[in-house]
Amino acid sequence: MKWSIAEVVGIREETPTARTLMLRIPDWPGALAGQHIDIRLTAPDGYQAARSYSLSSAAGDPVVSVSVELMPDGEVSPYLVRGVSVGDQLEVIGPLGGWFVWRPTTQPEPLRLIGGGSGIAPLMSILRTHAEAASTAPVHLLYSVRSPEFVYYRDELAELAAATAARVDIQYTRRAPEGWEGTLGRIDAARVTAWAEGSEGSVGAATYICGPTPFVELASNALVAAGADPTTVRTERFGG
Amino acid sequence: MGVITPGFFGRAREADPKLPPGQYETKDFPVLSAGPTPNIHPGEWSFSITNESGDVKRWSWEEFRALPVETVDTDIHCVTRWSKFDTTWRGVSLDTLFEDVETDAGYTMAHSYGGYTTNVPLEDLLDGKAWVAFEFGGEPLDPEHGGPARLLVPHLYFWKSAKWVTALTLHDTDELGFWEVNGYHAYGDPWKEERYSYDG
Repeated sequence: MKWSIAEVVGIREETPTARTLMLRIPDWPGALAGQHIDIRLTAPDGYQAARSYSLSSAAGDPVVSVSVELMPDGEVSPYLVRGVSVGDQLEVIGPLGGWFVWRPTTQPEPLRLIGGGSGIAPLMSILRTHAEAASTAPVHLLYSVRSPEFVYYRDELAELAAATAARVDIQYTRRAPEGWEGTLGRIDAARVTAWAEGSEGSVGAATYICGPTPFVELASNALVAAGADPTTVRTERFGG
Repeated sequence: MGVITPGFFGRAREADPKLPPGQYETKDFPVLSAGPTPNIHPGEWSFSITNESGDVKRWSWEEFRALPVETVDTDIHCVTRWSKFDTTWRGVSLDTLFEDVETDAGYTMAHSYGGYTTNVPLEDLLDGKAWVAFEFGGEPLDPEHGGPARLLVPHLYFWKSAKWVTALTLHDTDELGFWEVNGYHAYGDPWKEERYSYDG
């Protein structure tokens, strides 16, 4: 595997601070749901900076998508969120990672997905792959997000929930849309436990959790405390 | 050098000889774990070394903590591209733990609570290169960072510094551990950028 030069073929603004880049990568071999790529930027003096980004596209998509959240003190994300235009070229390598992945053909068990903020991205890849493969595995997403304008993939999540076996619960932490019936606030152990208990096929489920480290610690610890087998819980953490 | 990215200049920087290629410095201490954080009480903790003949040396937490302790000041480099400079650890040198271990094996597998494994050549653990560390920055090691104790092999990418370590087994051949089977490099030298299994 080598670094290759991807072309930005589409850009979608997801939230005020995040956008999705659609990339055409030469000789792209396809990916597994949940994998990531590294993107590398090179300054005129040769200085390089690279970061990892989860794919949000379905496993088989010939054009891959990554959703990039602007990190206030970031070095790479400001460029990707504010500086890139359609037609630009970016160096990429991937697909990478063999653990935080979901394979529709060999994993028929129920799926539980828990995402915090931009941690929704690899879970979206799983949801899209699930739909694309017409998997019959029940899938249940818990997505924690500040307020409605920060929801990634808003329309598509609603469509997936309406059209497939996917169940989508959004937990708003600071401000909710009108008509939302939940209770505003961060995810805590009680919320995670109640959510998991209300989840179809909570026995034998495979769980994928992605988000900031404290979020992932809380959600995974709560599930294990409620009786989940730790070996069925895959996690991906970001941030310090 | 790759293609130049128009309009990208990066952070203000000086070439830092402490930073391996493709890394950036962070002041945080990010976490890379494949699953939930195991909660291991020192009372149930033990560490063992099993040689290729099956002979086992085992330490309880109390026995382990009675061994001579070294303070280690080192930089650490994570495969996810962050490096953290000037970290301070306390732990027991693997040289101490291997004092009474008889072996002709060349390879080890580190085993952790939670079932994770990672492979490290024996020579990378000896001669002052590796520790079983139980303190970070003057505090007991947090569970999410591998507490009560983790392997510390700072000259390799940090996933080799197995969190929640409980055993080393010795082998005549190099077998791949959990992380290596899942795409990471068999050896993991940050200065050669041996991140992924296809990095040669």
